[in-house]
Amino acid sequence: MVFGDLILKKVLKKMSKENDRNNKDDRFRIANREALIGVGLVIFNFIWWYGFAYGLGSKPVEEYSYVLGLPSWFFYSCVLGFIIDVALVIFIVKFFLVEVSFEETDRGEDE
Amino acid sequence: MSITVLVSLFIFLILIFAVGIWSSRTLSQKQSTFLQEYFLGSRELGGFILAMTMVATYGSASSFLGGPGAAYTQGLGWVLLAMSQVATGYFVLLILGKKFAIMARQYNAITLIDFLKKRYNSKPVVLFSAFSIIIFLFSAMTAQWVGGAWLIESLTGLPYTTALFIFAVAVLIYVIIGGFRAVVITDSIQGVVMFIGTLIILIGTIIAGGGITNIMNDLITENPNLVTPFGHDGGLTPAYVSSFWILVGVGVVALPQVAVRAMSYRNAKAMHRSLIIGTIVVGFIMLGMHLIGVFARPILPGIEVADQVMPLITMEVLPPWLAGIVLAAPLAAIMSTVDSLLLLVSSAVVKDVYLNYIKPDATMKRVRKISFGVTAILGVLVFGLALSPPDLLIWLNLFAFGGLEAAFIWPLIFGLYWSKGNKWGALASMVMGVSAYIFIHNFWPNPFGMHSVVLPIVLSFAAFIAAT
Repeated sequence: MVFGDLILKKVLKKMSKENDRNNKDDRFRIANREALIGVGLVIFNFIWWYGFAYGLGSKPVEEYSYVLGLPSWFFYSCVLGFIIDVALVIFIVKFFLVEVSFEETDRGEDE
Repeated sequence: MSITVLVSLFIFLILIFAVGIWSSRTLSQKQSTFLQEYFLGSRELGGFILAMTMVATYGSASSFLGGPGAAYTQGLGWVLLAMSQVATGYFVLLILGKKFAIMARQYNAITLIDFLKKRYNSKPVVLFSAFSIIIFLFSAMTAQWVGGAWLIESLTGLPYTTALFIFAVAVLIYVIIGGFRAVVITDSIQGVVMFIGTLIILIGTIIAGGGITNIMNDLITENPNLVTPFGHDGGLTPAYVSSFWILVGVGVVALPQVAVRAMSYRNAKAMHRSLIIGTIVVGFIMLGMHLIGVFARPILPGIEVADQVMPLITMEVLPPWLAGIVLAAPLAAIMSTVDSLLLLVSSAVVKDVYLNYIKPDATMKRVRKISFGVTAILGVLVFGLALSPPDLLIWLNLFAFGGLEAAFIWPLIFGLYWSKGNKWGALASMVMGVSAYIFIHNFWPNPFGMHSVVLPIVLSFAAFIAAT
């Protein structure tokens, strides 16, 4: 009984410590998530860019089709790709990024 | 060259001086935090200014003179390559992002080296970083000065030495009296000039070429390769072009001049705005500038010095008074790059070496004096080197980016996101990155068809993990 109580206490203490640290690291959890979003975005960006450029651009020039006067590989890869990039960045900023405070003093804690 | 161009150039320089003086007034009101203010602008940048200063910093002379010139020679394949830089608009801020801003404040870090010093607690790491920054950036800076002087020379017809002198005086006075805040505020003005300039020249060029379809047909008639992704002689392989995503795309995170900006913004809101503005502006300038280079080919065939494409096409398609204003843009790009590099090298000398290891208890007044002094001496040294530019410096300019990336990328990334990464890992990774880069660059260029920077980054990654 006493023994079990002791263990329980220890576990609780450990849990609250863990909790403390997580609270402190809350901003870092957000930051880590946003860094991963950045990596995801750049990978998507690269695949789009590479896929259209070399997928459509490897044909002989005589078989090229044109969009707005530009070869289609170039239009989809560079022009449309850029527009989609901007749209994605705006979307991510509006819906996924979280505003956090950078100042230590706001939280009243010292690292 | 008509007098109109000289007038607009002159107005532009006056504008720069005005901003420098105005911003140095702000500086003198905050004497207690001189280091923070001079080298970092007191971490007060808003979203728009942050975006513009980042754009101006990495969109240096290369994108305004070298880039369009290469596109003129290579065709659309080079525009494809240049578009790898769009990623920098969001990648730098998302990756370094909030974590870097928070940790830099905790550590009270003012420079990238400050951050590494507090993170790894190691003297060799600090000294090796300062050494890398001084060597690599010093060379990059000299090459930019040569570019700036060359541009003034071609605009005004003045002799090279006189042009260099005008350029140097303008840059020096302004950096010395202004500091970081002056640099970032002029960066913003310059960013706007670049953006609008790109738009105007692009439209002018398309009209002069008789529409895009017409231009494309002319290009195909001349050499069908110009409209493929593979360059004028088929030499741009997918592997080589893709590896530029490392060199000018994601690797840019590790450039000290970019990283220092990522710790200088006011709050999360500023960062969010900057993400959007930065992506739009970088993408537009890269796409527009390089397309201008390609479109210029049928209009002005047979230009031999590729760097002259931009000035020549501008004067061809625009009325003189407008050409004068717009041509201020490449000058702006070079100037702001030089300014921020100068500031960075002097911060490496003053803060990272002098204050850390030579005289840690120096008084505020003394630090002030030394900061100004070092900045001025550096300027004079660069001027001396730029007087008779050796080929080596041009080579070193390109070399500098890869070298800095190989040195700093993993100590910075792991320093932020891997709490177990330690000083041995950082040191091993820096030494490995720099030496592998120098070796590969000299003896085994473009291994596996990729740019020389790729392999050293992989090796320094392995070195970091192994040594930790």
